[in-house]
Amino acid sequence: MVSDDITKMVVLADSSPILPSELALRAYELSTDAIVKETCFGLIVTGSEKAVNETIKELRRLDPSGIFVKDRGFPPGDSRRCRAVRGGGPRPGFHQLERESGILPSISYGLETIDEPLDAKAQKKREKLKIGRFIEIIEEQSKEDVNG
Amino acid sequence: MVKILVYPSNSLILSDLVTRFGHEPLTLMRVIRQKIKEVGIDSPPINVTPEDPKKGLKYAAVDVPSGVRGRMALLDPLIEEAEAAIIVHEADYSFGCMGCARTNELVKYIIRNKDIPRLELTYPTCDDEAREFVRKIRDFCESLTRKAEVLA
Repeated sequence: MVSDDITKMVVLADSSPILPSELALRAYELSTDAIVKETCFGLIVTGSEKAVNETIKELRRLDPSGIFVKDRGFPPGDSRRCRAVRGGGPRPGFHQLERESGILPSISYGLETIDEPLDAKAQKKREKLKIGRFIEIIEEQSKEDVNG
Repeated sequence: MVKILVYPSNSLILSDLVTRFGHEPLTLMRVIRQKIKEVGIDSPPINVTPEDPKKGLKYAAVDVPSGVRGRMALLDPLIEEAEAAIIVHEADYSFGCMGCARTNELVKYIIRNKDIPRLELTYPTCDDEAREFVRKIRDFCESLTRKAEVLA
């Protein structure tokens, strides 16, 4: 492949009211030259830089704080990445996406409330585990293991 | 627009936030895309070119595991171009073999030794932490914008 095409992934936060199918429909409506693939996490958009950026700019308007975008090296369906020809198993890069997808609702909330003042009192501090409680947990667990 | 090296270098969140706040994220995906487009490589990115080991040797000696040097060859253009950096710790998905672990350490070490503005954070675990996380990245990006304007 020697073209100047680029590929970007559009990932929806779990908290977003938008569905990947709605995103795909909107992308088709835009009628840019970009090729769109609907996935479980959102979309993969590929094409010329101008077409891809234009598509993504419009898609972001649907939910500015709930739609996240990143570059992707491989085009959609590339046999070196696509699971269809790799005999199953997670696609390389899946674990990164899975881990970060879990935090996206919080990041989305962070983007929505970025200009609100932080309430220091409302912030919960994570307390450290007391050593006595830690010993109790170990003893409880070891008893369970012996009985179980 | 400042070129910001994000670490983990394939992070969706960092890549998105940096773009959102008006700068250019330097990510691994871009290097991989370049590798794929390169004519003459049969099965990228598994194949390496004669230039790659040279790039890797800039950062690690010849007796260092080849995995580290191979990974550094991919990260080299990003490190070279970086004008600022955002490092996020506790990225458990970047856990891997010894090559991955040593590369992770080496990249952080190189970034810290490079004379560029740097922001170090940890992945948020709740909404409040996420808000703080986003806010710190925004403030960092805005400070870079102001600095770039002053220099221009």
